[in-house]
Amino acid sequence: MEYIHHALKFKYDLCIGCSHCTSVCPVCAIHVEDGHPILDPNRCIDCGMCYQTCPMNAIYIEQDDFETIYNFKCPVILIPSIFSAQFPEKVSQRAILSAIYHLGFKYVYEVEKSVDVLKEVINERIQEPHDGPIISTFCPAIVRLIQVKFPSLVSNLLLTKPPLDMTATYIRKVLVERGNAPEDIGIFYVAPCAAKIAAVKSPVGEDKSIVDGVINMNYLYNKVFRVIKQGLYTLREDEFDFHPISKNSLYWSLTGGEIRDVPVGRNLAIDEVHNVSDFLEKLENEDIDDIDFLELRACDESCAGGILCAGNRFLIAEREKKRAEQHTNDITPEENNLLNFKEYLRENMTVGEVQPRSMDKLDDNVAIAMRKMKKVFEITNDLPKVDCRICGYQTCKALAEAVVNDKADLRQCVFVQRILEQTDKLTPQEALKITKQVWGETKLDKNSIKTLDLS
Amino acid sequence: MHFEYNVEGGDFTNAGTTSSVVKKMMKQLGVDMGIVKRTVVALYEAEVNIVAHAYRGVIYVDLEEDHVCIKLVDEGPGIPDIAKAMQKGYSTASPQVREMGFGAGMGLPNMQSNADKLNVTSEVGKGTTVEIINYF
Repeated sequence: MEYIHHALKFKYDLCIGCSHCTSVCPVCAIHVEDGHPILDPNRCIDCGMCYQTCPMNAIYIEQDDFETIYNFKCPVILIPSIFSAQFPEKVSQRAILSAIYHLGFKYVYEVEKSVDVLKEVINERIQEPHDGPIISTFCPAIVRLIQVKFPSLVSNLLLTKPPLDMTATYIRKVLVERGNAPEDIGIFYVAPCAAKIAAVKSPVGEDKSIVDGVINMNYLYNKVFRVIKQGLYTLREDEFDFHPISKNSLYWSLTGGEIRDVPVGRNLAIDEVHNVSDFLEKLENEDIDDIDFLELRACDESCAGGILCAGNRFLIAEREKKRAEQHTNDITPEENNLLNFKEYLRENMTVGEVQPRSMDKLDDNVAIAMRKMKKVFEITNDLPKVDCRICGYQTCKALAEAVVNDKADLRQCVFVQRILEQTDKLTPQEALKITKQVWGETKLDKNSIKTLDLS
Repeated sequence: MHFEYNVEGGDFTNAGTTSSVVKKMMKQLGVDMGIVKRTVVALYEAEVNIVAHAYRGVIYVDLEEDHVCIKLVDEGPGIPDIAKAMQKGYSTASPQVREMGFGAGMGLPNMQSNADKLNVTSEVGKGTTVEIINYF
């Protein structure tokens, strides 16, 4: 099994074992054992729904040590354009840029700088004959969702590097040309979500990522805002758009921004992972004809709703839109230097085949899968179908599948326990022991209730 | 494994439900995605035919280790000339219907090209039976 990197990690010392993460996971990748969530790395798509729902902040997103930027003579920061939209409107773009420089970065670039090239490629691809819609690979959680849940649509994915990789390729090229030694250049990417981090650490369809480190966007936001509040920075003369990106590129982190740049064909933008799943389900049934391009994003309000955004997604989206509306930059090589490297980038933008890794498959052998499937049906029929999660699994069906794969005991179901107790096939003590294996000792400790008089 | 599903004539909102369920099961079995796709296309087409033309129908699905057999039995007007209906482009649809892009006469031919075996039997005034078999 190939190694799949995930950016989401659980902090068991903070976790209270409430299983809210189990319930919201769109791909049923989490179950509970011994009072804590367990993640199935083959299913997880790094969408971050669990992170958002956790009431204890017991899920964290790993990042590289910020101090590593000082290991490079020429540290470069690559921020998504949505970053500056996190701040209150009175904080100017210039102040934000100056504060970032204050932290020690030598160059600041925005990720969407390469969108001007990418959109050209999409518009060319769309004119060529295609079987079914071309699906954008801008959102890495969507790429992973398709791999695990909709393997038949893997061939529809646009096989080009995302803007992040292309912009990083450009930065490296241009900085070397300007006389920097390759080993002195350290590119640090500021991620708005877990999926982007996972994509950087184990990119789908590529061997190795081009960036040297990842910084969580909310971490950088806090650091920058502190510098601004304390007035530590010197306001620089150059505008925030020192390396300007075009007006349309600013819309790319918002829902509908990508298809704005694809004027031909029938194109659709859908955000939020459940909405996307529903749509892809329909698409797989060949229910929908004649769609040329799909912009799909896992987060509600796209990257403005990224789980590492600091603030309300609608306010962030509003500020990003405002900035775009006031923005005037043209898509010319004079305005966007990256376009001078267009040919070079286009030669280096293709990624390898994306492999499906179906999570639904019950077994590699069809005959065994068949037997398992029969068993899953039978067991699911016996279960109450209330999806209460007391067994530790998201649904009754998920428990049935775990039982069939020898990963769980059917007697984890409280209904099954009560049924078995009636015919003395299970004692209350045995039932308690089984439930404790799921939820841990403390939740079921006989001395844990203080508000009821049990004497 | 044997399953049965009821289909109501005229219920377009739920057309495609059976294809969706069958697709999910085939995915669980790990059947080649190309075969899953073919099966779903053929079944969806047949399912919509019942919804569009018949009063009601039952879909019988037999899923085996090496093949899937789907039998769609409907109560409806029936097809007078099956041989003609199997021809590409043959349609009884009115010009008005065709103007909207429906009734292009590709329904049965499309099923045919997505099924390893296709049997269609029909009795006018009683109903139609479509049998689709695909091997894994």
